[in-house]
Amino acid sequence: MAETMRRNFDVLVVGAGPAGLAAATSAARVGAKVGVVDDNPAVGGQIWRGEVSKATSDASNWAAKLHSLGVEVICGAQIVHHDIASRVLFAETRFALLEIRFSKLILATGARERLLPFPGWTLPNVMAAGGLQAMVKSGLPISGKRVVVAGSGPLLLAVAAYLRAHGAKVLAICEQASWNSLASFASGLLSHPGKLRQALILQRQLLGIPFWTNSWPVRALGREALERIIISRNGTQREISCDYLACGFHLVPNVELASLLGCALEGGCVRVDDAQQTSVAGVFCAGEPTGIGGLELALIEGQIAGIAAAGKSERLRELRGRRRKAQQFARRLEKAFKLRPELKTLPDSGTIVCRCEDVTHARLARHSSWRDAKNQTRCGMGPCQGRICGPATQFLFDWDPGSVRPPLFPTRVESLASVSYIAPAEHSQLTGERQ
Amino acid sequence: MSVRVYDAVVVGAGIVGAACADRLSREHLNVAIVDRGLVGGGATAAGMGHIVTMDDSEAQFALTRFSQQLWIELRPELPADVEYRQCGTLWVAADEPEMQEVIRKHRYYGERGVATSILTRMELAELEPKLRPDMAGALLVPEDAVIYPPCAARFVVARAEQHGAETFLGGTVERIDNGSVLLTNGTRFSAGIVVNAAGIAAPALTSTLDIKPRKGHLVITDRYPDFVRHQIVELGYLKSAHSVTADSVAFNVQPRATGQMLIGSSRQYGADHSQVDDIILSRMLRRAFEYIPGLARTSALRAWTGFRAATPDKLPLIGPWPEDRRLLLATGHEGLGITTSLGTAALLADHVVGRTPRIQPEPFLPARTFLEHVHA
Repeated sequence: MAETMRRNFDVLVVGAGPAGLAAATSAARVGAKVGVVDDNPAVGGQIWRGEVSKATSDASNWAAKLHSLGVEVICGAQIVHHDIASRVLFAETRFALLEIRFSKLILATGARERLLPFPGWTLPNVMAAGGLQAMVKSGLPISGKRVVVAGSGPLLLAVAAYLRAHGAKVLAICEQASWNSLASFASGLLSHPGKLRQALILQRQLLGIPFWTNSWPVRALGREALERIIISRNGTQREISCDYLACGFHLVPNVELASLLGCALEGGCVRVDDAQQTSVAGVFCAGEPTGIGGLELALIEGQIAGIAAAGKSERLRELRGRRRKAQQFARRLEKAFKLRPELKTLPDSGTIVCRCEDVTHARLARHSSWRDAKNQTRCGMGPCQGRICGPATQFLFDWDPGSVRPPLFPTRVESLASVSYIAPAEHSQLTGERQ
Repeated sequence: MSVRVYDAVVVGAGIVGAACADRLSREHLNVAIVDRGLVGGGATAAGMGHIVTMDDSEAQFALTRFSQQLWIELRPELPADVEYRQCGTLWVAADEPEMQEVIRKHRYYGERGVATSILTRMELAELEPKLRPDMAGALLVPEDAVIYPPCAARFVVARAEQHGAETFLGGTVERIDNGSVLLTNGTRFSAGIVVNAAGIAAPALTSTLDIKPRKGHLVITDRYPDFVRHQIVELGYLKSAHSVTADSVAFNVQPRATGQMLIGSSRQYGADHSQVDDIILSRMLRRAFEYIPGLARTSALRAWTGFRAATPDKLPLIGPWPEDRRLLLATGHEGLGITTSLGTAALLADHVVGRTPRIQPEPFLPARTFLEHVHA
């Protein structure tokens, strides 16, 4: 059996993206003993992946603060289980099981892309937009490749800019939202100078790339891998030859850990109070899990959570004011990139919705609920544990997501056996059992 | 308030209720199936789906064997998603005393017409190379099989519906009384007979029933095709299953049609919450590693629990209930509901139409507990 390693913190932060970094540094600055655990090989989260090593970046600044404040960073460790009553989380690394004790917990688990099924979406080289970006960051050659970026949300622009900067020929960005809803979103940026500046920079980086609203992929075609796609634009279909389709329909908050710990959810997001505390006392939440709000809101929420979790109140007043403003932006974001109902009709009967278990749309459509569908088709019960098909079926069929069961991620069986392990002799003493 | 009139109302759409509804509708009864949840969504979905001949008692042997034969007869009709696979059961002997039990079991099954084979240490190691090589041997019961129970329940309900049965899901039964079934939403059914096949919920409707929930845990792994090839159970399983009071664990691993493995098993009385109990889970898995060390390094996708409907004498309750002449019971199947559902339904249907059953019904008659109850 692999060894079990133990850690103990005043404040444990799960997730080392912007919210987690802000939370950890804020808590450490006011004197708490802080640990951060993240499943990626380095801090930064999805948005700052690979940027920590750059000399001057927001990511490296935060990482430097983290380091100077003596925060312990545990990377490459995935939270798999918990004993929240005893204030323990269990994380698994490639080699060991970690038992991490804490007084206060901050969940900064971020978000993932929402992927929606359409015919051909399982072909090789049809990829999640952020997923393709991550692969390019880890060395996938993209120079000269023809890429269409499609789906919804500001992430598409960032991905397109990144891919172009690395030599990709971005043929088009297809945004499902209408021009009108984007226009009103853009005009709202005027009250967020920082956002406006980012938008203008992005615009420059994207100069010359067609940006199509009212557009979405309806079919991906190819023999062994993607060769071309059919895009619906303003109700007219057109075919485009390309090497990659980078696809994502805005973001889904990662609320699974919060849900497993018993934190109340509201509208698919973690419900928090003014101090970012969840319905479970001592458990805080910051960033995208409380509602998709982007980088700025994540940093503010992270700071509030960090200070509050450390039991302090300084700066909270000012931060709350800034949070209010950033939340307005989040609301605009949600409204602007709301998914249109036509997207529900994209899959045909043979389109696979659950890739882990090869469950087609036709098989799911027979069922009345997520639970019923899981029971009869095993949809969502493969290694991704419904993280991809769950949000998709929520959108397609209006199904409520089910409860989260341990382990939170696929886990070595030996780790499960080591969680709360008590030797048999000790156990019989505890329970009075005779064997 | 409207009353829906049927010949028979089956309460519970688990595998047992489904099978009863199917049988009764094929006897030309007009049948309704009522369940508060999904078809096959309770213990049916939580369990392993092992179709197994067991020999705890003569009665258990008769019912499990009879039922297994009914499954074999049904097999050609089963759709692919039921995933019927005749993988056989290996009862593994860890040491010489357990090997004596293998020999006894072989003789017992053989005398009752079930062919089994005794495997030596070498033969066992060849058949299941992932098992620890120092096992004493095993008994192979080749006709035992594995199915995916939720789809089996759905198939059986669909078959009942083809024979005219109607299914009512989502309504909770509040009361069963002399041929009347009242739901909490006000719907009322009236029937010549009512079958209480509600599993662990049965005592809530038939109050003097002595059925206790016996909690179990299971873990499912990612896909490892051919990691194990048979349902492998430790002979010590019997000790665990027999134990009436203590929490117990026993090694029991099952290969699924998908290449995944189910790892069990645990038994607990008095555990009323459905959360995974990490201490029991840990004991259960460590027991499994004692037999198959390599399981430790496989990837677990989920752990969950379920509740078996357990009777004091380990036999199900099948037949008329003395306190209500219109009430029949089909519950208390503990861990054998998938196997014995078809036999249970056959016994029940034989009773309803007055036909001589193919096995002795007496050991399963609910009157046995009723008599104990009034004399106690």
